[in-house]
Amino acid sequence: MLAKRIIPCLDVTLEKGKGRVVKGVEFVNLREAGDPVKLAQRYNEEGADELVFLDITASHEERRTMIDVVEKTAEEVFIPLTVGGGVGTVEDIENLLRAGADKVSINTSAVKNPEFVREAADIFGSQCVVVAIDCRRNKNLIDGVTIIELENREKAWYEVVIYGGRKPVGIDAVQWAKRVEELGAGEILLTSMDRDGTKDGFDIPITRKISEEVNIPVIASGGAGKLEHFYEGFVEGKADACLAASIFHFNEIPILRVKEYLRNEGVEVRL
Amino acid sequence: MRIGIVDYGVGNLKSISMAVKRFNAHPLISSGLKDLETCDGIILPGVGAFKCAISNLAPMQDAIMDWVNSKPIMGICLGMQLYATESEEGGLFKGLNIISGRVVRIQGDVKIPHMGWNNLKIRQYHEILDGVEDNTYMYFVHSYYMETEGKEIITLTEYGKEFPSIIARKNVVGVQFHPEKSGESGLRIVENFLNMCRK
Repeated sequence: MLAKRIIPCLDVTLEKGKGRVVKGVEFVNLREAGDPVKLAQRYNEEGADELVFLDITASHEERRTMIDVVEKTAEEVFIPLTVGGGVGTVEDIENLLRAGADKVSINTSAVKNPEFVREAADIFGSQCVVVAIDCRRNKNLIDGVTIIELENREKAWYEVVIYGGRKPVGIDAVQWAKRVEELGAGEILLTSMDRDGTKDGFDIPITRKISEEVNIPVIASGGAGKLEHFYEGFVEGKADACLAASIFHFNEIPILRVKEYLRNEGVEVRL
Repeated sequence: MRIGIVDYGVGNLKSISMAVKRFNAHPLISSGLKDLETCDGIILPGVGAFKCAISNLAPMQDAIMDWVNSKPIMGICLGMQLYATESEEGGLFKGLNIISGRVVRIQGDVKIPHMGWNNLKIRQYHEILDGVEDNTYMYFVHSYYMETEGKEIITLTEYGKEFPSIIARKNVVGVQFHPEKSGESGLRIVENFLNMCRK
């Protein structure tokens, strides 16, 4: 049976030409926490099912993703590796795949030029192309949007945001998810900006809606703070994978504990 | 020991090459027949669509048929599907016909591609499985699989319905998953293949 996936995300920035994991650096006592390659190794040993590297400064500071970090990780870690952040051209994808990435995640570039998703899928195959969708709840219910009932029975639609969540673009997230599937995306990485960094749990209403509407895997992201959140993400949100960053960096909840918890609750995981 | 990794152009060949290196073998990524002929074993990696792969391989087809009788060869993902008689991916195309079978789209009420970790149900023993237990998880990414008769099926995996996840006939091995992306369990498969090449 296909296992549900737990994916740690390493938000990386460039510092004097060397990749560094941003979140957690000041807080974790482990010396290797700032080194993405060592952190990737640690996660692999702890049972991570995949790794996501996000160059979080790439889009707005026009930085290219860190090819050497990807290369070094691919030499040591034999699990799937997705890289995102500033991926905007076929050449970017080619360079990342050659460095050892298995998939690339496209976000802002997909919104600005949807044909780029199709082009990437045609050349490299859908399995390489993850479209990252960042979205935010909007309670101004306008015509033509997908209205979703929230936990408290209020209604909202989810608006796509770009540039790391700073710029709303007026696109309905559910419709955008279906569109990128048509364009050839192989997977959707869905982040709710309302939950990102809150530790209040994944945004279940939008995760479930998109999981039901598309026939490609959906990764839930943003809000993981305790064990139960992962169960909710998989069972209520119908996600295929759950992604988290800070709780794994801080080692608040080790990956292995998440998986043991899920297995006890009857969720299929790889242990 | 040299292991030839057949280069089709695009995709990540670094991981399989690093996995080969880890066990003290020398990976040679090449599309040149002369290079590949000097190798002790051949890996057919899985990249792209069937139609493109089979046409890129056309100049090598005779050599591959020779290797089938002379050295260990492991097809990964699409590389395994190339062994089939024919494939339905993007039309109907002839395969290498090394193992009789047909490549068909994944069926059932499931998301496509089949992406993630799924387990192997061992149906018969083959040395490629040395030290790999029943129900071990491997990493899969594919939308098509190879339908074949029972005698070459080493393991089955369930997604929508059961499909062959490892097939083998003597020195010819095909794996539908990515051993180079399946952590320690996958590396064990790579090591077992290299042990076949060392014999």
